Amino acid sequence: MNHLKTIYVLWLRQIKRYYRSRARIIGSLGQPILFLVALGYGMGHIFSQAGQGNYIQFLTPGVIGMSIIFTAMFSGAEIIWDRQFGFLKETLVAPVSRVAIMLGRTLGGATVAVGQGLIVFLLATLFGFRPVDIIGIIPAFFFMSLIAILFTALSTAMASRLEDMQGFQLIMNFVVMPIFFLSGAIFPLNNLPPALSIITKANPLSYGIDAIRLYFSGMGHFSPLLDISVLLAATVFFVGLGAWLFNGIEV
Amino acid sequence: MTENTKPEIIRVDHLVKTYGSITAVNDISFTVAPGEIFAFLGPNGAGKSTSIKMLTTLLRPTSGGVYLNGYDVLKEPAAARKSFGIVFQDPSVDIELTGYENLKYHALLYDVPKAVYQARIDELLALVDLSDRRNDYVKIYSGGMKRRLEIARGLLHHPKVFFLDEPTLGLDPQTRNHIWTYIKELNKKEGITIFFTTHYMDEADRMADRIAIIDNGSIVAMGPSEELKQKTGAATLEEAFLSLTGKQIREEEAGARAQFRDHARAWGRR
Repeated sequence: MNHLKTIYVLWLRQIKRYYRSRARIIGSLGQPILFLVALGYGMGHIFSQAGQGNYIQFLTPGVIGMSIIFTAMFSGAEIIWDRQFGFLKETLVAPVSRVAIMLGRTLGGATVAVGQGLIVFLLATLFGFRPVDIIGIIPAFFFMSLIAILFTALSTAMASRLEDMQGFQLIMNFVVMPIFFLSGAIFPLNNLPPALSIITKANPLSYGIDAIRLYFSGMGHFSPLLDISVLLAATVFFVGLGAWLFNGIEV
Repeated sequence: MTENTKPEIIRVDHLVKTYGSITAVNDISFTVAPGEIFAFLGPNGAGKSTSIKMLTTLLRPTSGGVYLNGYDVLKEPAAARKSFGIVFQDPSVDIELTGYENLKYHALLYDVPKAVYQARIDELLALVDLSDRRNDYVKIYSGGMKRRLEIARGLLHHPKVFFLDEPTLGLDPQTRNHIWTYIKELNKKEGITIFFTTHYMDEADRMADRIAIIDNGSIVAMGPSEELKQKTGAATLEEAFLSLTGKQIREEEAGARAQFRDHARAWGRR
């Protein structure tokens, strides 16, 4: 019972910190809007001339995925901030399970990330995006949640081993950017050069964005069963890894 | 639970912490009696913080044992953690939350029932003079207010032992005096054991029943202030401290953490 309380407290803290920092919410919408405008409108006619259909319909799930993983990664990075400024210590000396602390933080960060994804979804409708099927929002929401948990857990795992923000910048540049750009978020996965095809298939985000795209825009590349299997496996793995590394934190 | 008949609330047994070839804490042992005020003094880098981290379950010792309130901190960390409260050297409150929220979340983590914590939060906020600021975000608190909030938080679950790691660092004399008055009162009224570190020798001299001086990872002297002064033939505790630990200035390496902190301070986060 106390585990649930611990998870709840840490979850609630993440939520409160998020909605109180309005600058962060507004600031983090800049990038998705830029992608929708620059890529969506800029490349749209080339995309449709190549016979691929409406690019905004194609791109929006990718941009939703982008805002989810970026928000998720920053949520995990808050561990570094908390480590420097002591709040982490307050939770580590508390008589509660560290795994529960990690789960609470992760679920909080994931909730925030999904919220951000939903905001981008609503924004995209202003740019002409239309979900093909209202019911599709439910499975899409489920996949958004999975991506959010997966990447918050991943960043928690990494942040558990990092002392400073510089290290995290490095990870953003060499891990998160490649994960996003090589996921099929902005280009179709068919007819890729073999090397790129292998990389995109090894990237769990590819499957998440693929599923969101299937339910939002009716364009899917993998089968939904493959999408969910890969995502569930990766999520379980990274939550486990994150819990293990978080459990080993010494300050 | 280990045997708890001896009059000791803290027992440290041959505690050692090494990092590679560096020995941060070298075989220290001592006990603290219930209700005692115990000062742990030493120059920078002497091993104070490392010792406190091991005492409070934040760091695993290389060897040796720590028992708090009869619980082995390595084997029964949850029970040991319930037994103590702590005020860290650096602020550890969440500045994006209100003072009240910081306290409430602490109460939830320590499994204090709602009816109990609601009354206790009111009481503690009054004690540290923050009642009228309870719903303000901690980011607008002054350094002294944050420290007082942390003291209230550390006491919320009625710990048996209260660790204070340089609780008055960077505070003005008024606030320092204020804080020590609370702590002394608590110790008297509730019988809470106080374990503190400080660089202000006058605080240790006035407050502590016993003082341990640590240098280069070892305890070089331990006893009441008067005894330490007599032993070294010094007139003040400060002189006794200097004669025991030498006059050389200690360099503490600024790790990534300290640099980050300075950086963040410069950017006005705190």
